[in-house]
Amino acid sequence: MNKSAPQEAAPKRSLLQSLEVDTRLLGMIGAFVVICLVFNVFTDGRFLTARNIFNLSIQTVSVAIMATGMVFVIVTRHIDLSVGAVLAMCSAVMGVMQVQLLPQVFGLGHPLIMPITVIGGLLTGGLIGAFNGWLIGYQRIPAFIVTLGGLLIWRNVGWYLTDGQTLGPLDPTFRLVGGVDGTVGAMVSWVLGVIFSIAAVFVLWRARQAKIQHEFPVKPMWAEGVLMGTAVVAIMGFIGILNSYEIPVGRLKRQFQQAGEVMPEGYVDYYGLPISVLLLIVIAVAMTLLAQRTRLGRYIFAAGGNPDAAELSGINTRMLTVKIFTLMGILCAISAMVAQARLANHTNDIGTLDELRVIAAAVIGGTALAGGIGTIYGAVLGAIIMQSLQSGMAMVGVDAPFQNIVVGGVLVLAVWIDIQYRKRTGEKV
Amino acid sequence: MSTQETPLVELRDISIAFGGIKAVDHVTIDLYPGEVVGLLGHNGAGKSTLIKCLSGAYQMDSGAIYINGNKAEIRNPRDARRYNIETIYQTLALADNLDAASNLFLGRELVTPLGFVDDAQMEAETRKIMGRLNPNFRKFKEPVKALSGGQRQSVAIARAVYFNAKILIMDEPTAALGPHETQMVAELIQELKAQGLGIFLIEHDIHNVMKLCDRASVMKNGQLVGTVNVNEVTDEDILGMIILGKKPDGSVL
Repeated sequence: MNKSAPQEAAPKRSLLQSLEVDTRLLGMIGAFVVICLVFNVFTDGRFLTARNIFNLSIQTVSVAIMATGMVFVIVTRHIDLSVGAVLAMCSAVMGVMQVQLLPQVFGLGHPLIMPITVIGGLLTGGLIGAFNGWLIGYQRIPAFIVTLGGLLIWRNVGWYLTDGQTLGPLDPTFRLVGGVDGTVGAMVSWVLGVIFSIAAVFVLWRARQAKIQHEFPVKPMWAEGVLMGTAVVAIMGFIGILNSYEIPVGRLKRQFQQAGEVMPEGYVDYYGLPISVLLLIVIAVAMTLLAQRTRLGRYIFAAGGNPDAAELSGINTRMLTVKIFTLMGILCAISAMVAQARLANHTNDIGTLDELRVIAAAVIGGTALAGGIGTIYGAVLGAIIMQSLQSGMAMVGVDAPFQNIVVGGVLVLAVWIDIQYRKRTGEKV
Repeated sequence: MSTQETPLVELRDISIAFGGIKAVDHVTIDLYPGEVVGLLGHNGAGKSTLIKCLSGAYQMDSGAIYINGNKAEIRNPRDARRYNIETIYQTLALADNLDAASNLFLGRELVTPLGFVDDAQMEAETRKIMGRLNPNFRKFKEPVKALSGGQRQSVAIARAVYFNAKILIMDEPTAALGPHETQMVAELIQELKAQGLGIFLIEHDIHNVMKLCDRASVMKNGQLVGTVNVNEVTDEDILGMIILGKKPDGSVL
């Protein structure tokens, strides 16, 4: 089984070379760890508690979901400034549907309210995205202008739909995708963790087998083992932390009361993995598959690297633009679900400034505005870093203006570091 | 030349204008199987524009294209590929951020039964064809921007050759190459010709034209000056056509 693969001269390789891991990814993880440790010191250990990590996770989801789509937009040399506004519009449509329209038809709390609302939201996002894509791809209006217009238009269409009212409370089933109200519990979380771990190991193993089959060089077995081990530890560690966050006693008592029972003395339960985080994981994996393993993904990166070459290779780049923006719109709708479910209301200012957070997350994650380069995991990590900074500073008690100054500075710094890194590795900037 | 058989390609009375400037003005040329036709002329004479009508990059304003005697509708590069027309562009048309295999199969990826792109299979195929075209080629993992001019050229050529082209368009294939690589391209052209491909070769170097081409069509200011059998004329005759637009006596077909 482990026959040594053909190797073209084996000079002494450093540890990192043997592992063949993306050094940029390592840098980002390093930066993230530093941020966490620093905040942990300044908050007297409150930053790295299960409670805060849980909150951080559910706060990141909305921006991270949109950031995965923004990677494709930026990779094809476009930009989308309207994501926050489209999120608000989708949120308004879903708010009106589940609070005003559907209860009249089905009655409050009917199980069909949630799926119909979700479909309505996804359609809204998809249609707006497709329309943007058509204006950009077929009418050749620059994406910057189309989405700048969209930034002004969509939030206010949503405002008009809701008469500016806050809509709530949202449908209880719907609120499950929002975070605190929807977690899968400790047991299911452990099971999911094991499944994710097996999947991660399986993917790495399959990649190795494919290489061996075609007699390409593979990394040494120990390096593969280290990678697999790291993946499993990271997954199970994350699950373990979420599983150690106890549900407050008062909340548990209420739950038992609602079920008409009395809570046993000394009963404890844990939140476990929030459904919204699970949603993000599924989306991130699906988007990564799309980027790396499908023709559509290949065309997105080809069109970003050289639009003329893509066109001459027979790729319909205009339709490609429509597809990318449609996907972006759908992801905005999903983010809208998560955001409003977390807040338990639709408000007019939902997702305000999200466009900037999403773009910043993608860019911090290594997506190049010049096009052709970017990764989904980078964007998700970028979103986590942004959110950690923001909530870390809030916990430390940094004044609001300074928070924004720091976030802005970090964005510019991250891009500068990225440029230096690419110079060093000999890539053209 | 055996003018009895049907031409592989016939570009008949092609015209295309950009904002009032007639880039190609009623030009008719043809190409037979196993033949290399050189396209010559100054920069801006209309060679590349004419050829882009055949490769689907441009749409002609008037005229018709016949492939094997049948009228062909070529509106975009996908149509051209359907007629087994492959093009090596002067700019190479490579996506710099992708590796050699991704570029070679761009738009025609090999997929697994589940519909995912089969990178390992594509890399294996790329290794095979590069082993034939450019045995020194090693950089299969790097994005093509990390490659030298000659290596990039061989990726572009491999892409045109791999998919069983019947009609090959080469727009200055040796412009960026050193003497050794130029020789390799020359040998490749001879080999493809022997396989029965028809090749349109846009070329500035008169010596290459005399060496590689069977016929040469010369354009000037968007119009066809004339087409000559290369072995019936001298360098000076062709230069006269290019520079002065003067047809050599008696040898114009």
